Amino acid sequence: MSSIAVVTKASPLDALQRWLPKLVLAPSMLIVLVGFYGYILWTFLLSFTNSRFMPSYKWVGLQQYQRLLDNDRWWVASKNLMVFGGLFITISLVVGVLLAVLLDQRIRREGVIRTIFLYPMALSMIVTGTAWKWLLNPGLGLDKLLRDWGWEGFRFDWLVDPQYVVYCLVIAAVWQASGFVMALFLAGLRSVDQSIIRAAQVDGASLPNIYLRIVLPSLGPVFFSALMILAHIAIKSFDLVASMTAGGPGYSSDLPAMFMYAHTFTRGQMGLGAASAILMLGAVLAILVPYLYSELRAKRHD
Amino acid sequence: MNAMTRLATAVSLVSLMPLAALAGEVEVLHWWTSGGEKRAADTLQKLVEDKGHTWKDFAVAGGGGEAAMTVLKTRAVSGNPPAAAQIKGPDIQEWGALGLLANLDSVAEQNQWDTLLPKQVAEIMTYEGHYVAVPVNVHRVNWLWINPEVFAKAGATPPTTLDEFFAAADKLKAAGFIPLAHGGQPWQDGTVFEDLALSILGADAFRKAFVDLDEATLTGDQMVEVFAALNKLRGYVDADAAGRDWNIATGLVINGKAGMQLMGDWAKSEWTAAGKVAGKDYQCLAFPGTQGSFAFNIDSLAMFKLGDAENRKAQEDLARTVLEPEFQQFFNQNKGSIPVRLDQDMSSFDACAQKSMADFKEAAGNGGLQPSMAHGMAASSYVQGAVFDVVTNFFNDPQADPKRAAQQLAAAIQAVQ
Amino acid sequence: MTSLSAKSPFSLSRLAIYATLLTACAVYLIPLIVMLLTSFKTPEDVLTGNLLSWPELFTGIGWSKAWDSVGGFFWNSVKITIPAVTISTLLGALNGYVLAMWRFRGSQLFFGLLLFGCFLPFQVVLLPASFTLGQLGLANTTSGLVLIHVVYGLAFTTLFFRNYYVSIPDALVRAARLDGAGFFTIFGRIMLPMSVPIIMVCLIWQFTQIWNDFLFGVVFASGDTQPITVALNNLVNTSTGAKEYNVDMAAAMIAGLPTLVVYILAGKYFLRGLTAGAVKG
Repeated sequence: MSSIAVVTKASPLDALQRWLPKLVLAPSMLIVLVGFYGYILWTFLLSFTNSRFMPSYKWVGLQQYQRLLDNDRWWVASKNLMVFGGLFITISLVVGVLLAVLLDQRIRREGVIRTIFLYPMALSMIVTGTAWKWLLNPGLGLDKLLRDWGWEGFRFDWLVDPQYVVYCLVIAAVWQASGFVMALFLAGLRSVDQSIIRAAQVDGASLPNIYLRIVLPSLGPVFFSALMILAHIAIKSFDLVASMTAGGPGYSSDLPAMFMYAHTFTRGQMGLGAASAILMLGAVLAILVPYLYSELRAKRHD
Repeated sequence: MNAMTRLATAVSLVSLMPLAALAGEVEVLHWWTSGGEKRAADTLQKLVEDKGHTWKDFAVAGGGGEAAMTVLKTRAVSGNPPAAAQIKGPDIQEWGALGLLANLDSVAEQNQWDTLLPKQVAEIMTYEGHYVAVPVNVHRVNWLWINPEVFAKAGATPPTTLDEFFAAADKLKAAGFIPLAHGGQPWQDGTVFEDLALSILGADAFRKAFVDLDEATLTGDQMVEVFAALNKLRGYVDADAAGRDWNIATGLVINGKAGMQLMGDWAKSEWTAAGKVAGKDYQCLAFPGTQGSFAFNIDSLAMFKLGDAENRKAQEDLARTVLEPEFQQFFNQNKGSIPVRLDQDMSSFDACAQKSMADFKEAAGNGGLQPSMAHGMAASSYVQGAVFDVVTNFFNDPQADPKRAAQQLAAAIQAVQ
Repeated sequence: MTSLSAKSPFSLSRLAIYATLLTACAVYLIPLIVMLLTSFKTPEDVLTGNLLSWPELFTGIGWSKAWDSVGGFFWNSVKITIPAVTISTLLGALNGYVLAMWRFRGSQLFFGLLLFGCFLPFQVVLLPASFTLGQLGLANTTSGLVLIHVVYGLAFTTLFFRNYYVSIPDALVRAARLDGAGFFTIFGRIMLPMSVPIIMVCLIWQFTQIWNDFLFGVVFASGDTQPITVALNNLVNTSTGAKEYNVDMAAAMIAGLPTLVVYILAGKYFLRGLTAGAVKG
């Protein structure tokens, strides 16, 4: 490393210095182009073919998309993703912010409490799913616990109710991720300039008002990071669904990622699976790109 | 000692001699990962290793082989499939059509598979007339499992017709038992649907609907009747069934909370593990109305083309070993199924297995052998998946309309072809 | 530390704050407690008792059985995780350094393209990736799995470092360049020593992600190269045989233990790292 520095005065090495940043970035660029976009392109191509068990390249035009839109299960899965993603992200943010603000009040044993809130994030979704599947199990789980404790008429059977099962996924996912959101916001709160707050206090503003009007609005970038990570988890929640409900009862808790996986790999409908993957990516693009764009734009100015 | 067991001993003695000159490696992708199945798979491993080969275990559990199929596809795409993989039914044809499967004709000829195996089974194991896979066992799907003690308490009698079945269920319900132990997973819903279909449609129409995928049969009045029966049957399942594993459901029958279960004969391993005796502590009946039929589910190992000659030898030895009587007996006694060899000595099997074998032979003779749709024997996995979607959605929808369901079934099958 | 606390430490509102926090603690802890209790019960006890009932007989049978079936795969996970975490963190640091300090035409576009990778559902890449691994002769090896984890971890590691480095004044780098320091000197002498907090965040994040990965593990490894999550799934998701919930739970605990320990021991560095600027953007 340092040997380069010693000889930078020589002119061919000067040129090298100018190229170094690009050279260093080159492998990653290659990885991204091939491993992300090349593969997406390949999937895009497959979605126009009649691929079944294995990839084939017989062109069928938009037929797979047509079939996808005619498929009831696809619509259930898409609707579920919206319900799940929306609720999961909103509730995690609200719970996370609330806990962070509460923890910011000079709480005793803050470190212990923080660790308790944060630890679920360390577990894999498979473990979370297995644990919650059991907790929410009607007959064995919380249902039985509360009846054993004397609440006779208690009945909690969302896990087996096609109407409510998707909310069970939300509960488990919020449990896992909200502590992490708390950590992000707590970190943000700690970096807020204290003099502004003190000034507001002198002006007689109430504590909730100070948080709502002054502190939280200044945490925009934290909000952005939290949203990125939550959206990442929502889209990847395949493991959670697989271990908790496997899409059931019926296919009422199916998500697009499950749909895509089942059709591509277990049902020999690779073309249809590819089409569903492309629609999923399209939806993610439509939501994220404007947001990412504005964020990146804003950053360039500072 | 009859001739067969003597032969078996001879074969296993030969197999003990390591053929060091031709020692290859055989990688086997399977999902026999639990209890009796795992013991059975370990035996196969030992028998193959006794022949001097190396066994590379490639177990992927989960979802009745769904995870394993994903892995297999990615392995095939990457250009190095395992030597053998647990693939069954019409899916073998799909893999054959891709040109990936090895030709086992020489092993088959040496060991007279043509005479050992029933014709219907041999057909599944061949692609364009060549053996590409070896069958491991035969499961019967259309069984009704009964706890006689519960039946006695409720004053119900073991049913032989569908009407009697519902009558017995009513009595069980009135006596405060769960009439039917069920787990609400798509394949279990599919299994129940299939039993009802076989009972109501009869063998010929069943075949027409699920093998030939004939639209008139799929939307016909009888199919509407099947869905109506499924709707009725749901009333006898407890509210907590959704997502329940089948063996938990079997547990409900074993410990007397439920009266019956519709399940393939792998359920027997649960009864055996609980120390119960077939014919005494529990009864196995053909599902009411399907007495002459045998809905079969055959596990098989398909063999992939390999480059290395020694590995090919190991692969052939594996194929040979699977059909040896010794392995057939041990494996099937652990798994609850029956041997696929028609000449197997059944004296050490339990009552249910003996009855199963007798029915299998009879059905093989008179055309009563039916491929199980719910277990991927009747049609390829895409048709199976389409049927599951419709059936499981119907089963979980309180407002479901049988007539509409039959239309949806035909449409869904049409859409994936 | 903020000084927003109410003036009187014993006011009603403080009581409410503590009550809320303690309730939340209970909610977060219950699943862990249930798993621990269950793992020490006998199988019969699991079915007869309820979630929070004390084990009638404390037994370690569940744990020893669980270790027998998944323990061997524990070391595979170690072998995969350590190199993958190290390499992806290092690459992320270099990328972040370039993207923050050495911008060139298109570097911002590249960053945008990379960010999108955070949201790529990995199921999409399984088939083409396995084809590539086959071509490279890495199918079914732990090295192949390391490569995959490096590639698909890159988006997040780069994001972490880039966001950390943009908050460091450009002037620092400019001054060093005027002094004749080169690209790597600045990185090694100036940037890295300042990066300890974000390195901690990145290591913890990547360690958790890779250790807990199931999808890539099940698809790109086989038999004796499987990571522990796959072994756990093989144990828990078996189709036949009596369900031994105590063994399942103990195995889940074993699989989760390393990441749990990391979070408990290094949690404060994690928070410190986040405070130090990872989230400032």
